[in-house]
Amino acid sequence: MESVELSRYLTMLTLSVHVIFATVGVGVPILIAIAHWLGLRNNDEHYILLAKRWARGYVISVAVGVVTGTAIALQLALLWPRFMEFAGQLVALPLFMETFAFFFEAIFLGIYLYTWDRFKNPKHHFYLLIPIVLGSAMSALFITSVNAFMNTPQGFTLVDGQLTNIQPLVAMFTPAMPTKVAHVLTSAYMTSAFILASIAAFHLWKGNRHEYHRKALALTMKVGLIFAIATALVGDLSGKFLAEYQPEKLAAAEWHFETEGEAPLVLYGVLTETNEVKYAIKIPYALSFLVHSNPTGVVTGLNDIPEEYHPPLEIHYFFDIMVTIGVFLPTLALVYWLGLHRNWALIKRRFFRLLLVASGPLAMIAIEAGWWFTEVGRQPWIMRDFMKTAEAATESSHVGIMFIAFAVLYLILMIGTAVVLIRMFKNNPVEKELEKEAIEQRSEAK
Amino acid sequence: MTIEIIGISVLWLFLFGYVIVASIDFGAGFFNASTIVTKKNHIVNTVIQRYLSPVWEITNVFLVFFFVGMIGFFPKTAYYFGTVLLIPISISIILLALRGSYYAFGTYGTKGHKGYTIMYGVTGVLIPASLSTALIVSQGGFIRETATGGIELDYAALFTSPFAWSIVLLSLVSVLFISASFLAYYSSVAKDQGALTLFRRYTWIWSFPTIITALGIMIELRWHNPDHYQGMLSLWWLFVLSFVCFVWSLWLLKKRSYGWSFIFVVLQFALAFYAYGVSRYPYLLYPNLTIYDSFTNETMAYALITAFIFGFMLLIPSLYLVFKLFIMNKPYIQKG
Ligand code: HDD
Ligand code: HEM
Ligand code: HEM
Repeated sequence: MESVELSRYLTMLTLSVHVIFATVGVGVPILIAIAHWLGLRNNDEHYILLAKRWARGYVISVAVGVVTGTAIALQLALLWPRFMEFAGQLVALPLFMETFAFFFEAIFLGIYLYTWDRFKNPKHHFYLLIPIVLGSAMSALFITSVNAFMNTPQGFTLVDGQLTNIQPLVAMFTPAMPTKVAHVLTSAYMTSAFILASIAAFHLWKGNRHEYHRKALALTMKVGLIFAIATALVGDLSGKFLAEYQPEKLAAAEWHFETEGEAPLVLYGVLTETNEVKYAIKIPYALSFLVHSNPTGVVTGLNDIPEEYHPPLEIHYFFDIMVTIGVFLPTLALVYWLGLHRNWALIKRRFFRLLLVASGPLAMIAIEAGWWFTEVGRQPWIMRDFMKTAEAATESSHVGIMFIAFAVLYLILMIGTAVVLIRMFKNNPVEKELEKEAIEQRSEAK
Repeated sequence: MTIEIIGISVLWLFLFGYVIVASIDFGAGFFNASTIVTKKNHIVNTVIQRYLSPVWEITNVFLVFFFVGMIGFFPKTAYYFGTVLLIPISISIILLALRGSYYAFGTYGTKGHKGYTIMYGVTGVLIPASLSTALIVSQGGFIRETATGGIELDYAALFTSPFAWSIVLLSLVSVLFISASFLAYYSSVAKDQGALTLFRRYTWIWSFPTIITALGIMIELRWHNPDHYQGMLSLWWLFVLSFVCFVWSLWLLKKRSYGWSFIFVVLQFALAFYAYGVSRYPYLLYPNLTIYDSFTNETMAYALITAFIFGFMLLIPSLYLVFKLFIMNKPYIQKG
């Protein structure tokens, strides 16, 4: 295999692992903050304990996020030296600021964790969460703006291979950036909410009837519902963005070959050798509507785009997976929410709880599918219209062995994380912890 | 002062920061593990745990700052170093990843597994060795052209070079020296007599090898890179000052003034580090890259410096808070 392909696989592997922890890293602080705030406001120890336990698990995830993030940051230079040499002159600013934002977050996280009983006014301890939430959102914003730049580069002029007239801020605020950042943020918040919901639902499904888990589930599902709707809305805007700036990606995702109006939305199906779509569900007018908010709007097809610039057509499936989950999860959350208010027996059924348990992993699958869709859909470009992926890769012949080494590393990290998290919470169940706190408070009251 | 020099000075500062903080961290891990083997662990464990818990991410961030800044200010380095260092730096990443995550697993997760502690100690001495290849390669002589006009690392030359090995050796002994000196101070603040005695002894043990390998490297540089050697000779007074700081720090150690002793160790390294950096001016990579021909455009450089200043204004107060709450907080340290 060529080192280009191997470099792509290694990048794919590292980012796919990193994004799991990155997503949790961006999203969970908000949930900790909400729980902590509810706990303080209602003087409810359950919510306080939620914040405490989530924060404890969160640290483990941050640690693995830090090390995989360090890996990808270095790998960008190791695997794509030509790209970094070129793009480094244009996007160094957001990359640099990401580090600052992360540093800021990490510092306050450290303080938050170790100072539960050190403040006289418990509100002051709560305020420590604000820089954590802001810092993680900012690091997502900065890093995503780099990715947005790769899709719609701007902020420079290329004269005879020389970069001139460089404007770092214009390169940061590209057309792809607003929807991308918004989508990444909302999807991270939604995914984190569903992951925490899965845990609560799992305890209920196993037969635990503790008030603590009920509260946790109700809270996380509500937050999940709100952000799932937001994600879908921004996802729609992302589709409109694609139609205008990267029509080839949208066309490939939709197996849309002829430029035409009244375009249907193609879901699932297979593609024959002659590029015929079979067994697919076609929703009439829906693609035109998605793109132009108008059932007759014209959508560019792949046949109008030179063959060499066609992205791989498999991205259709990634898009399908993401959209399916993106529709399913808000529906599920809505049913749960209605059921909660109207006392439906349905939401206490075991199979329904099993669906709730699945929500977190499903959301994570959607994140992966979304990134694979957008990243594979950018091919053959690494920097659209300016640099091909093949030109950017390292010449080194050792990428293959490094791929194996990193695959083993990530396996160890994932297993380690799972084992540690499970052990951490199993050895210290909610009931035990609540009891301990009660005893401590009683002794303090005396 | 040109903007190129400002850029490299900022980066050199980050690198120096990393060298000091990481040395303390790596060395602490090593001492922690080696005392398990020698069954003296109960003496040092609490001191090390107290110090390490809140600061490990901060150490990592210094490294990330350095190389993100390097690519920002000098994008061409991405091509040269990125291409040739794939294996050594990947090994460093893997070790850093194992070390960082297993530290977190061991500390925040399940309590005290011996395997974690040993792994933490072993990786702590391997990482400086693998990271120092970047420095070695930058001295020139280890990169060769391939048949297709690309570049690659000459492993045979690297592994048979006494110069390369002595840099690896220096990185190891100075890690242990810096760390022991800091931990002696830290245990004196913690009023932990047992740990103090031990770390004072370690500081003595590792001090002389540090100076001897450092001298050895200068002598080997004479053959390996005569230009750089000449540059160092012209800055001889800085190296002499560094040596004076070294002697002074040992004297202070004898006088039981541990805080000042550590400060002079840092000064000793700072002087040598900067003298080394200045003497190789303007080369980033002998003989291919200088800070001038690899520099980014001016607009980006100014943007980065602005971001740096604002970022720092945000960070200094937060770091101060960490310092107040954990590192220099006597009740916290002594609670251990
Ligand atoms: C969706 C958001 C997101 C995305 C797309 C990425 N990251 Fe990330 N990254 C984070 C969100 C994040 C985070 C949430 O901020 C992390 C994860 C764990 C944490 O707490 O911080 C983080 C950690 C993290 C770290 C560790 C910080 C440190 O040690 O100082 C580095 C170096 C990077 N990232 C670099 C990258 C690079 C180069 C990426 C792209 C190629 C990237 N991240 C994609
Ligand atoms: C109805 C639902 C959804 C629609 C219409 C939608 C639409 C899109 C579109 C068009 C893109 C490509 C944008 C680009 O390449 O610039 C995208 C990317 C992405 N999607 Fe979605 N999406 C939906 C649901 C979801 C869900 C549920 C998640 C995860 C929880 C998710 C996560 C992502 C991610 C992480 C990316 C890549 C980042 C990006 O490019 O913005 N999406 N989505
Ligand atoms: C964290 C979520 C992300 C995931 C899961 C992801 C996934 C992927 C995948 C699957 C590829 C391989 C595409 C192919 O070769 O067909 C890829 C390539 C790449 N991605 Fe991403 N990506 C993510 C975010 C980012 C971001 C934020 C950046 C920019 C800073 C980035 C930079 C790159 C680069 C440089 C390549 C290699 C060149 C290429 O194949 O085009 N990625 N990524």
